[in-house]
Amino acid sequence: MSSINWQQAVYDVIKSGGIDLIGYVPDAGHATLINTAKADDAMHDVVMTTEEEGIPLCAGAWLGGMRSLLLMQSSGVGNCVNMLSLQRSARMPMVILVTMRGEYAEFNPWQIPMGSTTQAVLELCGFKVERVESEGEAAETVQAAIDFAFNSNVGVAVLLSQKMLGRKKWVE
Amino acid sequence: MLERRDVVAKLLKDRDNAVVISGLGSPTYDVAAVSPSDRNYYLWGAMGGAAMMGFGLALARADLHVIVITGDGEALMGMGSLATIGANQPGNLSIVVLDNEHYGETGMQQSHLGMGVDLCAVALACGFSQACSVTTEAELTTAASSFHETGITKFLQVKVSPESPPRVMPTRDAVENKITFLQALSADPVSLDTNKT
Repeated sequence: MSSINWQQAVYDVIKSGGIDLIGYVPDAGHATLINTAKADDAMHDVVMTTEEEGIPLCAGAWLGGMRSLLLMQSSGVGNCVNMLSLQRSARMPMVILVTMRGEYAEFNPWQIPMGSTTQAVLELCGFKVERVESEGEAAETVQAAIDFAFNSNVGVAVLLSQKMLGRKKWVE
Repeated sequence: MLERRDVVAKLLKDRDNAVVISGLGSPTYDVAAVSPSDRNYYLWGAMGGAAMMGFGLALARADLHVIVITGDGEALMGMGSLATIGANQPGNLSIVVLDNEHYGETGMQQSHLGMGVDLCAVALACGFSQACSVTTEAELTTAASSFHETGITKFLQVKVSPESPPRVMPTRDAVENKITFLQALSADPVSLDTNKT
């Protein structure tokens, strides 16, 4: 399956899961999802200056009856830490898709400290974490995360492994 | 100098069905003191997040006036969100910063806004359709008269006295507040997605 296809499959389950708002800080691994969201008139797409903006964005949307989802890179998880207290204190449903850095074939050592602690940080903050290692399981895992979050009022993060996403291309 | 609770009372007097998100610290006490309602969500933490929470709510409920009432320290911590909101221009969102130029909750340490930083100019530069600084009773009356007219993204920086009126504390239980808020909004004539199974 090409990378375009699994991302389209993920977008399809986002739509069928009733998500009407996607907040994101751009990342190459999320580029197809971001472009698809921007081209979809029925989807609110919000580019944020920092990932932590996404936590109250989702909380506010949910209080108003709208389901939302966040896209960020593993480095951005660290930016969210205190704001995640909003999710936990209020038991808000929340779904975060995280593209991993700092692992498979990483070029930039500065990505390693946050990448190697991303899952533990999320779990310490009370999130349920699923890790996706192959393209074929991506859509199903995201669908399960949406169901889990909105049915059980929990925060769920899906980590998309760097091995699956592929080596970062520095030159197109 | 304007008193913070008078400011909040004047702005929320004719709130009708508007919803309010209050930033942690004094703004939460102010809103609880002068305009208690099940249509309020009181933050006791998540510093820097009040404006974005209002933005999310404004996107979800375009039929409602969503009002964020927060302090200068809280607004400074989420200054990037002014760019995010300005880029999207939600016409039903108003952000009110009660600016006493101090961090009141932690012992009245001076904030950047007492050191020459102009937050209103930041909001204007971020594209808020209306961004104004309110310092006098007359300016407050003018701002309040059109406050609930939607269609433009509003940012009001209101200079207030650095006095701390008695604390009026609403619930600190975020789940309880969530439930009362959702119940209050569920009576509105729109369908709510949150009960979808």
